[in-house]
Amino acid sequence: MEQNRYKLNKELAQMLKGGVIMDVTTPEQAKIAEAAGACAVMALERIPADIRAAGGVSRMSDPKMIKGIQDAVSIPVMAKCRIGHFAEAQILQAIEIDYIDESEVLSPADDKFHINKRKFNVPFVCGAKDLGEALRRINEGASMIRTKGEPGTGDIVQAVRHMRMMNSEIRKIQSMSEDELFNEAKVLQVPYELVQYVHENGRIPVVNFAAGGVATPADAVLMMQLGAEGVFVGSGIFKSGNPEKRAAAIVKAVTNFNDSKMLAELSEDLGEAMVGINEDEISLLMAERGK
Amino acid sequence: MKIGVLALQGAFIEHEKKLIECGAEAFEIRQRRDIERSFDGLILPGGESTVIGKLLHELDLMQPVRERILDGMPVMGTCAGLILLAEHIAEDDTVHIGTMGITARRNAYGRQLGSFHTTAQFKGIGEIPMTFIRAPYIEDVSTAEILAEVDGKTVAARENNQLALAFHPELDDSAAVHEYFLKM
Repeated sequence: MEQNRYKLNKELAQMLKGGVIMDVTTPEQAKIAEAAGACAVMALERIPADIRAAGGVSRMSDPKMIKGIQDAVSIPVMAKCRIGHFAEAQILQAIEIDYIDESEVLSPADDKFHINKRKFNVPFVCGAKDLGEALRRINEGASMIRTKGEPGTGDIVQAVRHMRMMNSEIRKIQSMSEDELFNEAKVLQVPYELVQYVHENGRIPVVNFAAGGVATPADAVLMMQLGAEGVFVGSGIFKSGNPEKRAAAIVKAVTNFNDSKMLAELSEDLGEAMVGINEDEISLLMAERGK
Repeated sequence: MKIGVLALQGAFIEHEKKLIECGAEAFEIRQRRDIERSFDGLILPGGESTVIGKLLHELDLMQPVRERILDGMPVMGTCAGLILLAEHIAEDDTVHIGTMGITARRNAYGRQLGSFHTTAQFKGIGEIPMTFIRAPYIEDVSTAEILAEVDGKTVAARENNQLALAFHPELDDSAAVHEYFLKM
């Protein structure tokens, strides 16, 4: 991938900042999401909560279904491929997807290597639960990062843990002397230049969203105040009682994440939230896939 | 000089940094009380026009923004901001702010694979870098003045106090367009 293309791909993520990216499974849901103010949609056959319930091997969605969603909306369309499955990624690039999510929500296709994302012209977003994972994905060519959280649970605890972990590691690197950065690069298994960037800028070199377990406007605000630049909402919307209202409320809450009075109003009468599962009630930790 | 940057969604921080680089003061407009402050110019940033347009309505900002522009306040719209300003959107009945007599074509270069970087002449400035991200262009400038063209398509135009750009001057090293805007 040429340098210019990588810059353009990072810049598309910049345009998504302050926005909410919603999981959708049909063109109708995509239209609801767009009308509710989604800045992009993630097209997938089953939302994470249903993937979790169904079990078995979970794969990239049918390209025809993704194309149906591309035709239904004018906002960017993202889709997921399995970790390490570069052939699925090639298919998504062939149908001109706007962003590929190399995602732990699907069953990993490679237990050792992620996709060499530098070989692609379309951008990739990848999950991370700490700074090392984030920088390794960036080194492989990811132009956007999200916390892994724990998809399909409606439980925010893991997303919070991952965001706090990343923030704390960034602060640690910021306070290191230059001499210590070389060893830190070794520990994190990433090139020195990436560690140096974090040291100098106090952030990772790409946009960082929160994902995995966001179910309410307050969850979204929690993540924004912890430093997320935007939010992915997966199962939280279309598994809830009133998807339109909940989606619109989360969008507004993200825009005004420092206004608690507005958040209180937005949190009223949203109907039933997704039921959710606590992290200690689940046997499959998706966040442990792909390090 | 104090510039309000609409900060509902998208790349608004990038604009704020450019303004500070140019010696201007920047503040974010997120809700009604922000726009009631006194300021000298308005920037509508890149992002998703559907999102920003919807939030302008829901946060009660559409009317005051429109009034400010009609009163003659200098405004610069980049990418999604251009679409917000346009009186017409090709093959779309939506009108957002609609104060500038141009026709915009959304996603005119296709999906992300169609995004590109180039340099071109900008009237009154010279050659500048231009970054297009899932960009629109101006299909019909009507009475507005064309300031820049790329491959025969209008990518920058001005109508009195309104400046519309299909590209993202906030993403490149040059601050020339922001300086141009601050002199409007």
